[in-house]
Amino acid sequence: MKLIRDTWLVYARQLGLVIRQPTWVFIMLIQPLYYLILFGPLLNGLEGMPGFEAGAMETFVPGLVIMMAMFGTLFSGFGLIAEIREGVIERFRVTPISRLALLLGRSLRDVTTLVFQALILVLLSSPIGGLTIYWDGLALMMLIVIGIGLALSAASYGVAIVLKSEDALAPLLNTVTQPVLLLSGIMLPMALAPDWLQTVAKFNPFAYAVDAARALFNGDLASNAIWQAAVFIGALMLLLVFWSARKFSRAAA
Amino acid sequence: MLIETKGLRKTFRARKGNVEAVRGVDLSVKEGEIFGFLGPNGAGKTTTLRMLSTLLEPTGGSARVAGADLLKEPAQVRRQIGYVGQSGGTWGEVTAREELVMQGRLYEMGKTAARERAVEVIEAFELSEFADRKVKTYSGGQRRRLDVALGTVHQPSLLFLDEPTTGLDPQARAHMWDEIKKLRERGTAVFITTHYLDEADALCDRLAIIDHGEIVTEGTPIELKRQIAGDIVLVGVNGAAAKAVALLEPAEYVREVQTDEPDPTGVTLLRLYVENGSAAVPEILRALDRAEVTISSMELHRPSLDDVFLRQTGRSLRESD
Repeated sequence: MKLIRDTWLVYARQLGLVIRQPTWVFIMLIQPLYYLILFGPLLNGLEGMPGFEAGAMETFVPGLVIMMAMFGTLFSGFGLIAEIREGVIERFRVTPISRLALLLGRSLRDVTTLVFQALILVLLSSPIGGLTIYWDGLALMMLIVIGIGLALSAASYGVAIVLKSEDALAPLLNTVTQPVLLLSGIMLPMALAPDWLQTVAKFNPFAYAVDAARALFNGDLASNAIWQAAVFIGALMLLLVFWSARKFSRAAA
Repeated sequence: MLIETKGLRKTFRARKGNVEAVRGVDLSVKEGEIFGFLGPNGAGKTTTLRMLSTLLEPTGGSARVAGADLLKEPAQVRRQIGYVGQSGGTWGEVTAREELVMQGRLYEMGKTAARERAVEVIEAFELSEFADRKVKTYSGGQRRRLDVALGTVHQPSLLFLDEPTTGLDPQARAHMWDEIKKLRERGTAVFITTHYLDEADALCDRLAIIDHGEIVTEGTPIELKRQIAGDIVLVGVNGAAAKAVALLEPAEYVREVQTDEPDPTGVTLLRLYVENGSAAVPEILRALDRAEVTISSMELHRPSLDDVFLRQTGRSLRESD
């Protein structure tokens, strides 16, 4: 099928570029490692407290992985702005290639590096933070990571096409991500929050993703958060990919 | 006809009302010709080019490009045309060969076919010396040659080139002209926009000038220059420009007078379109002298495309940059 072939073409090119210069893949790992090493130990004393029933690291690391999924892909738009400026996107858009493939190939590349980074983080958390890894849960958790990665990398590309400027993109992303991050219970579980804050967090799809990641990671497959995250993140992903694909096909870039 | 447009128009919706960038353009480009498309910045040149190459959806009118309907079958148009934008569209971290193979793949070639075609194109455009180096190491001329080469990978019947020689040194420009002429020899029609009128004169079989979103004139370079029958006398006068115009406009040997803005030294350049330059010069001198208008310079020249452009748009192409 043409869409799959075209997506593969774009994906292979983009992934090739990453493999040629893999430094960034590792640089993006530094921030979560800081959290793991410099913030994680603060939580050890909270083990067994509300929200930390499953263990401090076992609660913190799944959240950290979700944070990585959010931040790792959200800044992909910067690369696209450079490509727009060099006329690469325009050159591709006058060829018969599927417009959706231009987006999907890039987003899947972002998701590939993201999954790779997330696995390294989890593996390092074991020796560094004393994390116990539950492999089946980890595999399922990666599906959430992929969903978030696709959704946010698509969003980032769409916004990049609209703004066409790095100077406008950076503050916008920061303004949106900070509250979403704080309301997702990544640093500390939302169970510790006052009622009003918990109510606000109910409107944040990423809060469900964090809860679901924790439940999966700890083998609590009956948790409601899992299907809720699947529905909310899945819907968000479809919405953002659809929106961004339209931007790709209409862009006057 | 490779391109045939009827009333092609584009209106942009802006906060302060609509902007009519292109107001009904009728164009025709024949098989195998080099067609020059000229216009000052903001005249609708780029918008027209972007519509014809499927990058921008027209608001109205109709067009057939390379045998397909632009509005109804843009995908079919894309398969038949090549397009080289102003910024080229190559990525610094890959090599020319990789870009050429990718381009073939984008045009639905198989892997082997794309590789073989890349080899052919590298040879045809003499890229072999640097084909396996990263694009970011290329000179401006080398990069531009690769850009044009990329547009021809799928052997389109029509190639759009948006200012292919802007920013090139004279030698690289000459080289580019040769490449474009070679394309015509191989039967590819070339639709080219340029800021250089000498280039349009030397290279194009036919041209059109667009201004304020409409085609103001169209024809071969010779036809266009013939529109300005006779010669042009440029007279610089110190002050008293209005007086000089009043004096010369009714004179029977002057067909038309255009006045430029005065330069910082107070000299105003009058552009006199005259029947016969050598006969008019002494008449003009005498008339101005009698009226005690100070003449600071005088020049007689044969019409060039610059004059055609100036006559049609009231602007010089260079100063509108």
